[in-house]
Amino acid sequence: MCARFAAPLTTTRYSTLDSVAGPLIIVRGVSDAAYDETVEITMPDGTQRTGQVLEVEGDNAVVQVYEGTSGIDVDVTAVRFMGEVARIGVSQELLGRVLDGAGRPIDGGKEIMPDERRDINGAPINPVQRDEPSDFIETGVSAIDGLNTLVRGQKLPIFTASGLPANELAALIVRQARVLSGEEFAIVFAAMGITNREAAYFIQSFEESGALDRVVLFRNLADDPTVERILTPRCALTVAEYLAFSCDMQVLVVLSDMTNYCEALREISTAREEVPGRRGYPGYLYTDLSTIYERAGRIKGSQGSITQLPIVSMPDDDITHPIPDLTGYITEGQIVLSRALHRRGLFPPVDALPCLSRLMNAGIGPEKTREDHSAVANQLYSAYARGAELRRLVAIIGEDALSEVDRSYLHFAARFEERFIAQGATGRTIEETLDLGWELLTLLPVDELKRVRDFIDTYYPKDVAEAERAKEEERESEMTKEEAAAEKLRQNREHAARATDEILSPEAQTIVNRGI
Amino acid sequence: MSNADKNQTSGDIGQVARITGPVVVAEHMRGARMYDIVRVGDTKLMGEIIKLVEDTATIQVYEETSGLMVGEPVERTGAPLTVELGPGLLSSVFDGIQRPLALLAERSGSFIGRGVSVRPLDEEASWQFTPVAHVGEEVFAGKVLGTVPEGPLQHKIMVPPVHGAAGTIATLAPAGSYHINDVIATLSDGTELTMTQRWPVREGRPYLRKLDPSKPFVTGMRVLDTLFPIALGGNAIIPGGFGTGKTVTQQSLAKWADVDIIVYVGCGERGNEMTEVLSEFPQLEDPRSGKPLMDRTILVANTSNMPVAAREASIYVGITLAEYYRDMGYNVAMMADSTSRWGEALREVSGRLEEMPGEEGYPAYLATRLAAFYERCGLVKPLGASDDDEVEGSVTMVGAVSPAGGDLSEPMTQNSLRVTGAFWALDTDLAHQRHFPAISWTKSYTLFLGQVSKWFADVVARDWTNVRDDAMAILQKEIELQEIVQLVGPDALPESEKGTLEVARMIREDFLQQFAFDAVDAYCPIEKQYALLQVITTFGEEMQKALERGVLLSSVLALPARREIAEIKTTPHEEALKRCKSLLAEIRRDVSQLEVM
Repeated sequence: MCARFAAPLTTTRYSTLDSVAGPLIIVRGVSDAAYDETVEITMPDGTQRTGQVLEVEGDNAVVQVYEGTSGIDVDVTAVRFMGEVARIGVSQELLGRVLDGAGRPIDGGKEIMPDERRDINGAPINPVQRDEPSDFIETGVSAIDGLNTLVRGQKLPIFTASGLPANELAALIVRQARVLSGEEFAIVFAAMGITNREAAYFIQSFEESGALDRVVLFRNLADDPTVERILTPRCALTVAEYLAFSCDMQVLVVLSDMTNYCEALREISTAREEVPGRRGYPGYLYTDLSTIYERAGRIKGSQGSITQLPIVSMPDDDITHPIPDLTGYITEGQIVLSRALHRRGLFPPVDALPCLSRLMNAGIGPEKTREDHSAVANQLYSAYARGAELRRLVAIIGEDALSEVDRSYLHFAARFEERFIAQGATGRTIEETLDLGWELLTLLPVDELKRVRDFIDTYYPKDVAEAERAKEEERESEMTKEEAAAEKLRQNREHAARATDEILSPEAQTIVNRGI
Repeated sequence: MSNADKNQTSGDIGQVARITGPVVVAEHMRGARMYDIVRVGDTKLMGEIIKLVEDTATIQVYEETSGLMVGEPVERTGAPLTVELGPGLLSSVFDGIQRPLALLAERSGSFIGRGVSVRPLDEEASWQFTPVAHVGEEVFAGKVLGTVPEGPLQHKIMVPPVHGAAGTIATLAPAGSYHINDVIATLSDGTELTMTQRWPVREGRPYLRKLDPSKPFVTGMRVLDTLFPIALGGNAIIPGGFGTGKTVTQQSLAKWADVDIIVYVGCGERGNEMTEVLSEFPQLEDPRSGKPLMDRTILVANTSNMPVAAREASIYVGITLAEYYRDMGYNVAMMADSTSRWGEALREVSGRLEEMPGEEGYPAYLATRLAAFYERCGLVKPLGASDDDEVEGSVTMVGAVSPAGGDLSEPMTQNSLRVTGAFWALDTDLAHQRHFPAISWTKSYTLFLGQVSKWFADVVARDWTNVRDDAMAILQKEIELQEIVQLVGPDALPESEKGTLEVARMIREDFLQQFAFDAVDAYCPIEKQYALLQVITTFGEEMQKALERGVLLSSVLALPARREIAEIKTTPHEEALKRCKSLLAEIRRDVSQLEVM
């Protein structure tokens, strides 16, 4: 039930604090400290804190204090080494409960009787014992289901940036996620350094969807001790592993926000005066992150699964920042949010091009989704990529200089963003998503649809195509010629201005501004 | 690991003095040697000595060190990290220190426990031995004593290349079934030889001499074989940001590369990816032997969450296994995915040692280590061969590099570039356009072209180099033209240049793009590659001729041949060759018959 445990009788109390630096204390004259073990610290006022041994050298031990070191003194503070690494009591009773970042219940509910107390660091899953993730999860979000399909046992982060609605998207996914067999997900939610408002939003969202009794919530908020965040995802995943692999449940783990976790790691590393890697993050950031993300998956012989949905804020919208960068190298794809789409008021503002789901091919196709899924996704992708590239061109030479085919791609890209991506807070079934994809593809000449050629006979919505064209003609005939010309000019200018703003390099902007 | 226990020569016990993550300092270690294996603590965690100062030794521990205490014992084994070599390696899955993962799962369940030692090879399995040498024969290191069938090939039992293993054969086991521990030969000086041998992983296995590579390493991937081929015994790196398809490319190579044996090292990568390989390879058929691909594959899987020091060791374990089969005269390809994780493991341990960091925190010896490692590739005459036979073996290596932030100027990429012969650059933009394999034709290069072009000319076609160069020239021209189009729009280009853009597009879409998950397109035989590219470049040439006559571009593009070219890559091999042949004639005829409007 908590990371702390009853002290064995034989442990010694040390009052030999040597120094306190940042979140660390150094204890001298220790004879029985083990690497990584839990430490109980008794403050001058009698309150207790917890810590962990980071290094032992001779009779010195370096200890990180989860709750911070404020108030710790060198003379009176006492330290007890607990002879055991940090553990958490696991039980199905945890469902529906709220715990702090170190795994102690804080909702005032009844005491939890753990079935088992497990090391929060877990152990690596033996690769030969892993089972291949292949069950399609319908999230109801077209940009994910259609283009970057999530499967059970996958870890798929959401790359976001300050001010973008990643939490809303995560809440939407949690609310709507379902598998074909209809089993419900148990949700383990680890809040790390997020604000009270954000946490309240999630809780409210779970409440509204009636999922609250299926949620285990670990809450380390922005004003809670920073170092405690090191424990939070580990406690959460230990509970998730228990629920998934010992109780055969389907578990969805939301980690928000991993950037705050990494900041805490950097704080400790700096306090230890370690050789820094990129941007001051420790050299072992990759290894550390992998021990969290790799705890997703399925295991042979168990019905359960752990699917991870970490939220990663990209500092300064920079996807090459060490945190999103290393995350992307470990996780099986990523969902990337775009500020440009968000500014245009589109929700969810998923920037489709840099998104990826590595396990998509395992989760789609006949009997899972639909036979045309892979082809449609590929066609939508390449068409959208072409449209996006043409925007760059239009910014310089204007839309009129484009061929008719190119113009249809431009038109497609805009409609794709407005209709396919920006679906609002509603859910779509996978059939609806794919049908909408086909509908949008009718905006392009049939000859261009190279990647879906095999399915055109079955799925191409001919009547829609005709209706669309008729509508377009009608619209055009309504406007007089002059109006149409003026409208087009205005649209072009507006589009060019927007595209210039978003896409062009400073040099190119100068060229445009000079009017070349 | 079992060898460590067996070779235990020293009873001296050291003591743990300091623990920081995977690095442990032990006292009372005088007499211990650099890179020797030790057993740390009461749980007997396996570790390796990486620094000696007077009587203290710094040890990198291959297993999780949680719970270790100062004062716990450190046992020496007196031997460096070695691998066990012998029949039974093929189709195995090992961790970074050659523990078979399937046996580990039997011992400690779905999660990997600590301090478990398991012998790499199965002692119970019996192997059908056929002697090749005979009693009284003078033998030396590398000489073949006999063979046992293993998977699709004959595993050669050789005299180990260690000091003193030479002499006259006194006894030799007759043909029959044996276990790996059975003595199959004794030499006149009393040395007993079994079917297995050991070799320290950080040392290259000896060979007679290195040869100059001349045959290409055929991969079945068009962009690699045709545009950027490497030689058997050569090496290449595949750098690319995440999501550009490093792993898919590596896996395609592992599946289809035209070699005898594949050693696939998953070094610090995703667990689910190893699962994919494990579930897929036994089901895929090796096009050469008709047996499951797994039968010719050895997997070394040390996923990112497994201990970091074992990750550092894993690529050495991989290359030593590869060298062993090379010494039998086989062509071996090693895939390392990803070498960056190895570099990071080196950096992590170096950081814990508080060494002075070099560039971006990597240790200053990164370049030396990389160079020493890549130099273990090559085409060689094995020790046991003689000048009059034609036995040759090779190790070809393809290393994935995961540059931080996709920035190719980082130390791992740059240092690897200096010591490898080809650069297959994965491009983020291509990946976003879903152009796979996303190997950039502008940034990639190969230094092996001169060495292998003769083979292509002799085996595939006389004008192979011309066709390849033509295609490269068109792709190069496309980039120049695109720059103009960016400024003035496509309409401003003359017809002939618009034509060039169209041909370049055909090369990109109909030739370079290859679908790894399509049954036919996944592997493209070298003859088909040539035929297809020849059809496209011929189409381009004929088009230009027609345009000069004044024919409209649109009427050339409307020819049925253009659509048929697009279908060649998914057409089965034999039929595709036939189609290409008739298409060549068709194109020449149809384009010249187009009328000027």
